[in-house]
Order: sequence, then structure tokens, then C-alpha cells
Amino acid sequence: MSDLHRQSVTQLALGLRARRFSSVELVGACLARIEASQAALNAFVTVTREQALAAAAQADRLLAAGGGGPLTGVPIAHKDLFCTRGVRTSCGSRMLDNFVSPYDATVVAKLQAAGAISLGKTNMDEFAMGSSNETSFYGPVRNPWNPALVPGGSSGGSAAAVAARLVPGATGTDTGGSIRQPAALCGITGMKATYGRVSRHGMVAFASSLDQAGTLAPSAADCALLLREMAGFDERDSTSVDTPVPDYVAALEQPLAGLKIGLLREFFDTGLDPEYERCVREALKVYVGLGAKLTEVSLPSLPLSVPVYYVVAPAECSSNLARFDGVRFGHRCENPRDLTDLYRRSRGEGFGAEVKRRVMTGTYVLSAGYYDAYYLKAQRVRALINADFIRAFKEVDVLMGPTTPTPAFALGAKTADPITMYLNDIYTIGANLAGLPAASVPCGFVQDLPVGLQIVGPHFAEARVLSAAHALQRATDWHTRVPEAYA
Amino acid sequence: MALTREQIASIASLARLELTPGEFPVYQESLSRIVEFIGALERADTAGVAPMAHPLPGLSQRLRPDAVTEDDRHEAYQQNAPQVAAGLYLVPKVIE
Repeated sequence: MSDLHRQSVTQLALGLRARRFSSVELVGACLARIEASQAALNAFVTVTREQALAAAAQADRLLAAGGGGPLTGVPIAHKDLFCTRGVRTSCGSRMLDNFVSPYDATVVAKLQAAGAISLGKTNMDEFAMGSSNETSFYGPVRNPWNPALVPGGSSGGSAAAVAARLVPGATGTDTGGSIRQPAALCGITGMKATYGRVSRHGMVAFASSLDQAGTLAPSAADCALLLREMAGFDERDSTSVDTPVPDYVAALEQPLAGLKIGLLREFFDTGLDPEYERCVREALKVYVGLGAKLTEVSLPSLPLSVPVYYVVAPAECSSNLARFDGVRFGHRCENPRDLTDLYRRSRGEGFGAEVKRRVMTGTYVLSAGYYDAYYLKAQRVRALINADFIRAFKEVDVLMGPTTPTPAFALGAKTADPITMYLNDIYTIGANLAGLPAASVPCGFVQDLPVGLQIVGPHFAEARVLSAAHALQRATDWHTRVPEAYA
Repeated sequence: MALTREQIASIASLARLELTPGEFPVYQESLSRIVEFIGALERADTAGVAPMAHPLPGLSQRLRPDAVTEDDRHEAYQQNAPQVAAGLYLVPKVIE
């Protein structure tokens, strides 16, 4: 049995270049693992076997001729909300079950240009609205550490695929924690970039002032390599920022001594599982041992981040999802009586329960008489939270705390009450509201379930966040643990 | 604050969503819970605070020259359309 699946993105890229194994061999091994695990995990919506093998053969020819880029021949997977030319892009929704994208998202094109090979599209909460992957039209993804539990969401398929070592790395998106929360629950590293850092062209929009792309992989070093290739200015995204992308890989080894770590007081609240807290505090001790300085900081407006989010995100989603009208693409109902009936039934049938709930919440907070009380008020509180972060980063280099309040929970445990589900993202939403780069890094286990340490940096300080994560991963081996069934 | 069935019907109508009779009580309950939950914002003192629409203050939207830069690929785009004829999207008759 080959051990290729246990190798990191960096090791695989080097091994391919040294011709120790071929891309066809590597891609074939990953495809076999994907197919063998699909019934148990449901991590993929679409597997592009033939295309991937053809691309692998081409990568092998390129490598044999001494060519290739930094990721040539390395298999990855894309969250199914990145548009992929000629391949179905479903967003986990019945609405887009039949949608074959006519173009590639910039992220997809950039990773392809770097040589990476996409093996398929990973399952996700419908339109990225969910924290457990249970809202997908294609059924829930299961957690590789325990199939009775959720993998987190919304990038749950990407997280489960990486945790089970089906692929060495995957893309994801994070609107309120959708990379970091599943990364924490699946025991891998997840990195969300600064708002504006990675192009959102071809990323199906959920909440445009919050959405940002990122990576999921076992280690921070892998995330650094993938993010370096994904990031950068794109004229096709009006929120893309024209700032040079540093070499995140080269920056990994920058010395940690003297790093000022702010401990977020509001994150160590009564909702935090005590055993989870113990793991996070152990990780913080490792940092102190490496020469970092810990100080406690308070962000007094942060506890309002979840209510702010559940005004801003639904408002933006109700506007973004207005494009799904049954006319130009997506689901259309049978025998519409008139245009209004066509809109109403196409949307009523095409969207799942949680998406409808958010569209209606957004419609309500934006409607006449409520706009000032909810939407403008939420934007003002958002400014307070943002100011809290700016103040904190005048005193510390990074902020740290838990990624989630608890480890993975059972399927069905939180579906009855939306608020219970929404509170899963209580520690992750702040970074989205302020547009900050943030990572989740494995930092221990509670009853055999992984837990995550969250690291948040100032705008465009991805290199600092990743190198801090890397320092922990040089001192501990939590990120190398693999569920027994997938070892 | 509890939302009435009529309010749910009105929101669904604004959002162009057809709800089944069974969905009404579900959304009546959960939307009422959400409205109560986001009501916590009322207590925040935001006097004199400007609303924040996006996370990168000072960034203005770029403009580009008004020039044709894309190829005409309407046939490829329309392959995803439910009903097309002569390059046009078909919908039920709007004007009698």
C-alpha cells in the first residue's frame, strides 16, 4: 500500500519533480480513496476522474521534459461553489443541480496555471449557508473522525476530504467561519485570507461584504503554498485589492520570539467547553515556550457579532440570490402560469429550507420600516466591532482563542433551532465582519475529537498568521493525526 | 416579537418564494426567534457611529475604460437556460 496520501502538498510537489512517482499514479491513488470513502463520507458532489487522469498524464509529460509550475501534478479539490468550466457547479443546491459553468473561477484558473489538478467538487452546505453540512441538497457530509458526527460547514466536504487524506489540499470559502469551523472539527488547518486578497470572480456569491476564499490542508505550510498560488489582484473582482502577494512559504520560518499574542477575553466565555479550553491554553503555553508574549485583550463589542452577522449576511444573501429566477439558468418549475408564478415556484422548489429562511430574514430586515432598525443598526455595530479589532492590533501582533465552542456534534443535534446552529460561529464571525485573515490550527483532542486554535491577524498579515501556525506545528504533531479508518 | 402568518406571507411574496402550507408555521416560528435574537442590537450604543458597509474603508470602486474586452459567448451561456429561442430567453407571456 502506497503512503502517498500521507504526504504533504510540499512533499508531493517535490516528489513529482524528482520523478519518485508519477502524477498519474498519485491522482489514481487519490481517486481510489475518494471512491472508496464516498458512501461513508459523501465528501464529493462530482468527481472528474477522466479529466483528472488526462491532466495528470499531461503533467507527467511536462515534468519529464523538465517543465512545470510549483504545483504541477498535485491533486486538489474545489468546494462546489467555485465555477469550473464544463463541470457542474451545484453550490449544494437543487437550484444549480443542472448548472454547468461556462467559465472558470479565477481561483480555479490560478491553481490550474500553477499545475494543480482538480479531482472534483466537494460537498457543502447549500449556498454556503450552514455550519454542519446538513443543508446540502446532496445529503450531509460525515466527519471522518466519527461518522455519526458532522464535519462542520459550510466547507464540510473540503474539510472531510482533507482530514481523510483523500486529497492533500482543497479550496474553501469563509463568510462567517466556513473554512475555520470545519477545519477545527475535522482536525486540519484552514486559512481564510483578508477580504480582497483572493479573487471572488467565479465564486458564487452569498454575502458580498463578508465572503472570502481560502485553503484547507493538513498543515500551515501546505496552506501557505496553496494560498500563494491563489491570491492576487484580479480586475474581474471589483473588491480585489491591488497589493503584491508575499511569498507565504518563504515567510513561514520567520522567528516567533517576541511575537505579541492577544488572548481574546470574550472568546473564553461560559459557552466554551472546559476541555476544549484546556487544549487551547496548552497551545498558548507552547507559544510562551517559543518566546511569545501573551496579553489578555478585550473586544467589548464582539459578543454582538452573531446578531450583526444574522442581519448583514441574510440581507446581502437575499439580494445576491435574487438572480436565481428560473429564467437564465438554474431550476425552473413545470408549467408556470405567469412570470410571477415562474419566479415564486422556481425559487420555492429550487432553494432548500435554510436558504429560504435566510432569504426571508434578509428581505424582512431590508423591508420598508425595518431597514434603519435592523440593517443600518447592524452596520453601525459592525463598525464598533471593527474598531475593537483595530484598537487590539495596536497592542498585539495576532489574536488567539478557540475556533469553536465545542468539538464536532451529532448529525441532527442542532437542526431543530436555527439560533443554536448559528451560535457555532460565535468565535469566527468577528474576523469576517472586520475582513481579517484568520486560521484554525489543530491543537489537541477532546474525547478523540479534534479541536482548533484560532489565529487572527491584521489586514493582509496572512504571512504572520501562517508563520505563527507553522511555529506551533513544528513544536506539536496534532496536525499529523489522521482518523484510524483513513490512516 | 412574534411574526404573524400574514407577515410571513408578505415577506415570502416580496422575496418571490412560494411556500407550502406546511412551511408557514415553520418559518413563523424560526423567523420570530431570529427577529428576537437580532433585537439584541437595539441595546448597543451607536450614537455618532457611521455604518460600515464593507471591511476595506478608504477603498473606492475601480472604473475601467468603456471598451469591449470579452468575446461574445452567449451561446455557451445560454446552454444553462431552461428555454431559449433565437438567442432570447423565453418566459411566460407578460403583456396580454
